[in-house]
Amino acid sequence: MKLEIITVERALLADEVDGLVAPGIDGELGILPHHAPLLTALKPGELRIIKDGQDTYLAVGGGFLEVLANTVTVLADSAERADEIDEARAQAAMKRAQEAIANRSADQSLESALTALRRAEVRVTVARRRRSGGGPLSMSSGTR
Amino acid sequence: MPSLRDYRRRIRTDQNIGKVTNAMSLVAGAKMRRAQQAIAATRPYARKLQELLSHLGAMPADDPSQLPPLLRRRPIQRIEIVHVTPDRGLCGGLITNVNRRTGQFIVQSASPVSVVTVGRRGRDFMVRFGREVRGTFTNLGERPSVLDTLAISRLVIDDYSSGYCDAVYLSYTEFVNTAVQRPAVRQLLPVEPAPIAKTHLTGYIYEPDPTTVLNALLPRIVEMQIYAAVLENIASEQSARMVAMKSATDNANDLVRSLTLDMNKARQASITGELLDIIGGSLTFTD
Repeated sequence: MKLEIITVERALLADEVDGLVAPGIDGELGILPHHAPLLTALKPGELRIIKDGQDTYLAVGGGFLEVLANTVTVLADSAERADEIDEARAQAAMKRAQEAIANRSADQSLESALTALRRAEVRVTVARRRRSGGGPLSMSSGTR
Repeated sequence: MPSLRDYRRRIRTDQNIGKVTNAMSLVAGAKMRRAQQAIAATRPYARKLQELLSHLGAMPADDPSQLPPLLRRRPIQRIEIVHVTPDRGLCGGLITNVNRRTGQFIVQSASPVSVVTVGRRGRDFMVRFGREVRGTFTNLGERPSVLDTLAISRLVIDDYSSGYCDAVYLSYTEFVNTAVQRPAVRQLLPVEPAPIAKTHLTGYIYEPDPTTVLNALLPRIVEMQIYAAVLENIASEQSARMVAMKSATDNANDLVRSLTLDMNKARQASITGELLDIIGGSLTFTD
């Protein structure tokens, strides 16, 4: 099954994969080859790609996922591979988001602060996965 | 008549101007290529997003009031226009053209228009002519990311949803090719779904349901269009600057050539004069 991950700024990945697990807006959803046509919104989370028995993780910041004719297209608001994430910066962002929630002013919505927090958390987890050795397979076939 | 030294000084000045404009033209050319690549990189996303929108927009709407707010049309009392311009000048007629285009739009509009300016040149223009400026964004830089433009889309979506304005337009310079950049005005809100391609009528499973997906999709369309406009503006700016600085370099070189010619004539004239003096002088003695 073909997987394409596209953001506004670039096409991150185009590859043949064996399956993936995506952070759907109502919970994780797994997609295997020959899935029925599907269109769903994604929330910020980890996108797990399964290829040749190995898992790769990407951090996606929300978006959409379409399955059509054995091709999965992910339209992500942002998407990063583990090796592209600066863990220190992600953690700083997480701290900032937590502070923003703790002492937010009236005009800031809690929702947007929570999304920012969630996004930062995901980036930290994905970055950690690389360190702990559950590391990414080579993604050389991805286009940048 | 200017002295030889005056000529030399002017030639040196023009040569230096030519060097500067030539360097500017080369730099602008490199930046233009980078901006073009950035535009090309947004194309796959834009295409897919429009495709999904035509799918969802084509769904039967039994009740117009059930339509998502960003698709719903309402009587127009106030219009907002996002005016995208460069931060810097020295790019030929580009700024004048886009300012004139937006100005024309405002003058011809039947309802009052507020302006959101992106870029210093557009802000200065709108402020000078006393237009109602709703917001200004400057210093986006030469390689803005989507994040840099999100604040703009947030502002217009909020203004539209809150009822401050009833339509939002986008004015920018479209990059056609290196020689041609065209000012363009497009409608941003309400979103107009492109007609659906008939080959593509698939029954999707929507997760959680079509309306939710559509509601999440619409702001993305606005964000994407604004980001694309900002990139087009940068590519246009750089290519206009490249062309303008190229012709400035040519003009400087022409000046240097004609000044050199004049200088040589002046030098010859003075040599001839001196010779005549000497010959005249020696003739008086041989007599």
